[in-house]
Amino acid sequence: MANTPEDLSYTKDHEWVRVKGDAATVGITDHAQKQLGDVVYVELPKIGDRFEATEPFGSVESVKAVSDIYIPVTGTVMEVNESLNDSPEQVNEDPYGDGWMIVVRMENPAQVDGLLSGAEYEDYIKEETSE
Amino acid sequence: MLKRTPLYETHKLLGARMVDFAGWEMPVQYSSPVAEHMAVRQAAGLFDVSHMGEFEVRGAGALALLQAVTTNDVSRLADNQAQYSTMTNHDGGVIDDLLVYRVNSRYFLLVVNASNIEKDFEWIKEQAAGHEAELRNTSPGYALLALQGPRAEEILQGLTDHMLDRIPYYWSQRVIVDGVDCRVSRTGYTGEDGFEIFCAPVDSRHVWNRLLVTGHKLGLIACGLAARNTLRLEAGYRLWGHDMDETTTPLEAGLGWIVKLDKGDFIGRKALEKQKHEGLNRKLVGFVVEDKAPARDGYPVVVGGGQVGNISSGSPAPFLKKNIGMVYLPVDHAKPGTEFFIVVRGRQVPARVVEMPFYKRGRSFD
Repeated sequence: MANTPEDLSYTKDHEWVRVKGDAATVGITDHAQKQLGDVVYVELPKIGDRFEATEPFGSVESVKAVSDIYIPVTGTVMEVNESLNDSPEQVNEDPYGDGWMIVVRMENPAQVDGLLSGAEYEDYIKEETSE
Repeated sequence: MLKRTPLYETHKLLGARMVDFAGWEMPVQYSSPVAEHMAVRQAAGLFDVSHMGEFEVRGAGALALLQAVTTNDVSRLADNQAQYSTMTNHDGGVIDDLLVYRVNSRYFLLVVNASNIEKDFEWIKEQAAGHEAELRNTSPGYALLALQGPRAEEILQGLTDHMLDRIPYYWSQRVIVDGVDCRVSRTGYTGEDGFEIFCAPVDSRHVWNRLLVTGHKLGLIACGLAARNTLRLEAGYRLWGHDMDETTTPLEAGLGWIVKLDKGDFIGRKALEKQKHEGLNRKLVGFVVEDKAPARDGYPVVVGGGQVGNISSGSPAPFLKKNIGMVYLPVDHAKPGTEFFIVVRGRQVPARVVEMPFYKRGRSFD
C-alpha cells in the first residue's frame, strides 16, 4: 500500500507539493516511485528556470524507462535537490523527504487549491490501478 | 487479443507486471528489474520464454534446406549440438537470428524470435520448394524456460539424475526433470552459464514451480523481460529489431563469425561476399556514456558535428553500473576509444566506443 501524507497536495501525474508561504517543494509520490522501480537518474532544471503549471520540468529514469515530471503550480525554481545527482535512490527510499526535487516560488498560490488532497489522490490511484 | 504462454496464470499468481511484447502478454518484472538482473549474475534467475517460436525441419533434405536459408554451417553440427545463426535475404539483410539444433541427421529444431514467427515460417516455406524436407511450426507444442546464472546447474541437478556437467556449452540432451520429459540445452541470453529447457506446455507449470522451490534457498528468483534485456545488453548480445534487421547485414552487426562464406551457396551469400570484399561502411559498436544520463533506444548520435544515426539499444547496466548501449557508426569512427555524442533531451552527452561484450563472466571491463 502506498504511503500518502495528508498534509501534502497531489496531482494526477503523481507529483506532490508541500506549501510554505509562496514556496512549494515538489517531488514524486510513493506510488509513483514504486511504479518506476529503482531510480537511476533524475534530471532537474536550473535555479531561475520558470515553468507554467502542468509543464514538464525534468525527468526521472529507472532501469527500464524515462518518465517526465510535471510542475503542479506556476513558478520559478529557487532550489534544486543536487544530492539526487549522486544518490537518485533517495527518490525510492524517502520520496516525501530526502527525495524532494525542487522548490519553486509560486506566482499564484491559489493554484494549490485545485490540486488533490491525500484522500482524493488515494481514491484516484485506486481507480487507476483497478482499470 | 494478446497471446499468452502456458505459464500466464503462474505469473499472475507471482504478482508479475505484464506487458505487451511482440503480441504476447509477458511478465516484464516480478520484484524489480535490478534485483532480478543481480540474481542472475550472482545466483540464478528463471525466465519464461515460451513466446519464442519453434520450427521442426525433418527429412533427407533438411540439412540442405537449412544450409540454403542460414548463414552458419549446419553441416558442422553433430547430433544434439546447437548453433547460433542468422537467416538473410538476397541483399544480405538479417531476416532473423536463431538457434539451430540438430536432433539427428534428418531432424532439426529451429528457435526463432517471437516477433518473427509468421514471417520466418513463410520465408523458409518458400525456400523449401525442391528440398526433400518437411517444415512445421511447432511453437504451440513447446514451453521454453530459461534457467540462468552461476547456480543454474546446481539447481537443475537437484531435479534430475542426468549428469548435467556432461552437457557442454551449445549442446542439448533429452533429460527427465522431476519426471517430466524435457530437452535441456546449455544456452542462454544472459552472459551466464545456464540452461534453456523445452517441455510440453502441460508440464511447464510443474517444471517452473519445482525449479523455483528447489532453487529458492540458492537465490533463484523469477525474472521478467526487463532483466532479460539488460542482461543480454551487458553480455553484448544483439536483439533483432533493435541491433539488426533486414536493412543491416550480419557483417555490419559484428556477427561475421556466424557467416560461413565457404560452406557453399546460401541466400544472401553473394551480397555478403561483396560487402566483405569491398569493406564495411558502418558497423555496430558498443559504447559507454560518459555522463550520468542513460542513453536509450532511438536517441540521436552525433559524430563530427553531424547526426549519423540513432542508438539501437541503450540502458543503464545494473551490474556494471554504467550507462551502456549499441549503435551503428561509420567504420572510421568505430574504433574502441573513439569519442562521439548522444543527444539526450536536447543536450549533447559524450560517449566512448568500447569492445563488446561489456560483461563477460569471471571478469568485467572498465
